[in-house]
Parts: sequence; structure tokens; C-alpha cells
Amino acid sequence: MKLITVLKQVPDAEARIRAGVGGVELEGVTFVIDGMDEYGVEEAIRLREAGHDVEIVALALGPARYEEAIRTALALGADRAVHVETDVDLDPISQARVLAEVVKEEGAEMVLVGGKQADWDSAALGPALAEVLGWPHSDWTTKLELADGSLKVEHDTDDGHESLTMPLPAVVTTQQGLNEPRYPTLPNIMKAKRKELAKRNLDEFGSVTGLTEIVDQKIQTRERLGKMVEGDAATAATELVRLLQNEAKVL
Amino acid sequence: MILLVTTAPGGNLPKSARELVTVARQLAGDGQIAAAVIGPESAATQMAEYVGQVYSFSSAELEPVRAEAVTAVVQQAAQQAGADTVLMTANRLGQSVAPRVAVRLGAALLEDVIQVGGSAGAYEAVRYSYLSRVTETVKTVGGSATVITVKPNVFEVAEPQPGGSVTSALPQLDANANRVQVGERAAASGGRVKLEEAGVVVAGGRGLGSADSFTAVVEPLADALNAGVASTRAVVDAGWRPYAEQVGQTGKSVAPEPYIALGISGAVQHLSGMNRSKVIVAINKDADAPIFRIVDYGIVGDVTQIAPALTEAIKEAKGS
Repeated sequence: MKLITVLKQVPDAEARIRAGVGGVELEGVTFVIDGMDEYGVEEAIRLREAGHDVEIVALALGPARYEEAIRTALALGADRAVHVETDVDLDPISQARVLAEVVKEEGAEMVLVGGKQADWDSAALGPALAEVLGWPHSDWTTKLELADGSLKVEHDTDDGHESLTMPLPAVVTTQQGLNEPRYPTLPNIMKAKRKELAKRNLDEFGSVTGLTEIVDQKIQTRERLGKMVEGDAATAATELVRLLQNEAKVL
Repeated sequence: MILLVTTAPGGNLPKSARELVTVARQLAGDGQIAAAVIGPESAATQMAEYVGQVYSFSSAELEPVRAEAVTAVVQQAAQQAGADTVLMTANRLGQSVAPRVAVRLGAALLEDVIQVGGSAGAYEAVRYSYLSRVTETVKTVGGSATVITVKPNVFEVAEPQPGGSVTSALPQLDANANRVQVGERAAASGGRVKLEEAGVVVAGGRGLGSADSFTAVVEPLADALNAGVASTRAVVDAGWRPYAEQVGQTGKSVAPEPYIALGISGAVQHLSGMNRSKVIVAINKDADAPIFRIVDYGIVGDVTQIAPALTEAIKEAKGS
């Protein structure tokens, strides 16, 4: 069975983000494979290690720089990769339509994709991809089992969590808690350089135009007082209450 | 026509639904608003106090809630209402359903918005990105309709405008709506004010040392403040607290006035769920903890000593 793990390459969570006239400036920023997507790559590898006969294809839609993240996925254990290259910032709904084409061409039976993107803070790609493909999906998945052509998962909901059983093919969105992703080893990094990475161009998918556009981006952090309250526990606590009541006026 | 969609667990209209009404009224101007309410009909009746045309989807077929069944209902309601704009709350369910609806309707999606203006076909919305560190303005440039998910606890709760009518609607579900089987469900225990609706939040992290210490330190302070209780991912992963309390990239996003962080170091993933709070307070033994970079008030010290003192000081201040 063929599994596809969809990846994004995003700024490292600890990287300092700047915004200029044209929006967020990413020059000089360290990029990494989106942590949320990494859980999907790891889960696919674990399915193979658990004895399932799977081919793992990493799939990404984005600019040339994404190649590094794709190589990371190959070093982690993906068998080969498809990179649809574009510099256009397509919204997740439009992305889903393009990615679904590749998923169909590949004849994959499961797609794993991060639950929320660390750059756009979007949770839309997984469910949108499932809808384009006509498949069921599980979002915010924390546990996954394959058995007899169906998929059993546990996932988080607004009130807690629940277990779901669904037929394959299906889309699974992944998150922290699903597994603990491994690090690529040096020999595997070397091997990954020889693995197949097919380049596709967005133009091959017809005229794709986005549905939304970013008008501007700002770093708008609230001014914080940064006041440190000193003294022993009782003194500091009393002073803090006074400040919250009289200065911040929130109690 | 603007259609807002909400679920109503237990037959009660959630606060977030009345926030959607506020957004719908802003966008509609003098125009008509319709609402689809999924849940017991009593909730639809409540919604008719706010919105002119209410479609009540109270069928048992919609229980338990499944993303694909809700998607089918939203599509049906949008067609019935002739809606070009669909509003949903940006909670887990809304974020699971809205992208599917957008694909079905050939619509553009504006996700997790904190401001929105314009009209059908040319909406402009403000939202956060890059782990809530960036505030961005996004506009729709295509699509035959627009689906908008609205960040909870940002918009005012609407005032009633009674006189709406309720139409019972039977969901038209296809086989796909039932192909996902829901098994065991575990809901968060109630009793305390809901985290996503709390005006004050007390949050605990690994610095509390243990599950028992979390309970002993965080809960009394939360009770003294009538606050919601929040946790970090580390605490939930350690099994100290339920997932429903988790705040951060993989949990809930809250913006209370104040957010009181106890024994939380401040990983960027956690900060992304609370850095928009009006006032941030932190107590932590490590003076270099990243959380102190975004606090209004901070105390460096042993949280298991200072937090109980804070609880006492608050009780005293409230008593006087």
C-alpha cells in the first residue's frame, strides 16, 4: 500500500520573524520541515516497521528551497518524493486541489499531513484534501492503527478526545503526541541524496489561481510592562494583587 | 445572504454562536441573516431571538457529531438559504468542517479571523500567522462563495433581536456522512468555567513538579478567581491534566485578561496560544525563562510557595 506524507518547509519555531513593507521577511531565517508534518513521516515509517508493506512517498508543494525539507523526509525513511515547484503562495484550498491530483496519480491509500501549519497557522489542508479526494479524514490524530483495509484512530476534539474507525483511503492530520519523531542518521542522509525526487511544475496542473491573497503582514506584539515583583512570597503576592487591581485593573 | 452555522451540544446555544451573530450583522448591514443550528430544537428557538431565519437540524442522525455529516448539512443549509457567505466558529469542529465546505461550494476560505469586512466576493479579514506572532490581512480574490471561520472570544456577544422563525430541516445525508464510526468518547470534566469562555485563566506547567502539586496549587487559585484552568502540552503529555485544558499550537487559543502562568517556561508553541492575552502574569523559579519576556507582571521564585500566597491575597482582597 502506498502512503503519502505531505510536507511544508517553515521557519524554525525559534527563529526570529521580521516583517517589512512587503510582509514577513524570511531572508536569513533557518528553515525546517514543519514539525507537525514530521509526525506524519514518522508514523508512516513506524507502520512499515510494524510489518505493513508500505511505500512512502513524500509530497510537497512550494518553492525550490523546500527541497531541503524533502531530503530530510527521505533521510528519515521516505522511499521517494514528488516536489511540485512554485513560488506562488497558494491558499490551502487551492493547494489541496493540486496535491489531490498527485495523490490520485500515485494511487495512494492514505495521506498524512500536519494538523496545523507553523507558517500560516492554517488547519485547512488535511480536511480540504480529503474533500477533494472524496475521502474521510481524521484531524488532530494522536493514535493510529491499520487493520483489514480500515483505519482506527484516536483524535482530539473540542471537548476531549474520541476514537474513530473509517475505511481506507483516508487523510490523517498529525500532531504532537502521535509519536516521537527520530533524527536522520548520517548514513541515511547520504542515502537520501540518491533517492528519487521527481520535480513537477505547477503549470502542469492547468491554470491554478489562488482564492485569497495576503494584503499585508505585521509583527504586532502587545506592549508588555515587564514588571518584576520582588519580596518574599506573601509580600510579592500582596503587591501583585494590588497591581492587578489598581494598575492593570483586571481583578 | 449570510448563513451562520453552529452546533448546540445539550440544546444550549454556545457563546461562540452569539459571537457569530455579531460578525454576521456587521457583514450583512441591513441584509438578511440565516442560521443553521445543529442540535436539539430548543437551541434553534434560542437562535430565533437573534436571527430572522433559523434552520433547525435536530435529527438523531447527526449524533454523534461527525465532520462529513456536518459538512453535508452546511452545504444543504447554504443552498436552502441561498447563502454566498458561511460563518462558523474556528474551534476544532469548525476547522475540520469549513475546509470541506469551501471545497464543496467552490468557495474561498478565511480561517480563524479576528476582524472581517467587505462584502461577498471581496472580503478582507485580519488573522494571526507564524505561530500567532504575525498579524496579517488577507482578502478573497476568487471563489463563488466565501467560508469564514471566526476566532472564538474575540467578537462581542450579540444582543437579541427577537422575531425570527424556525424551520425544521431534515438532513440529506449520503453514505459518506456515515462512513466514519465514532467509538469511545472522553469529554472533559465540568464544574469550572470553560477555558475558552473564561475571562481569567490560570495555567500550570511542568514547573509545578507533579500532578498532585498542579491540583493543589493551580485549582485553588483558579477557584478564587472564578478562572478557567489551562495546561501546557508537557503537562498533558505527562498525564497530569486532560487535553481539553491544553493551550498552545496543538491546543486551544485563549486571550483572557489576565493569563496567570504558573511554573511555565514559555515554549513558543505554548506562547502562540496565549500571547494575545490582555495581561500576562508569570511565576517561575527560572529568571531566564522565555515567558518573562512577554509578561506584564512576573515573580521569580518557588511557584508552590508564591501561588498559594497569591490565592490568600486574592481571597483577602475580594473579601474586603
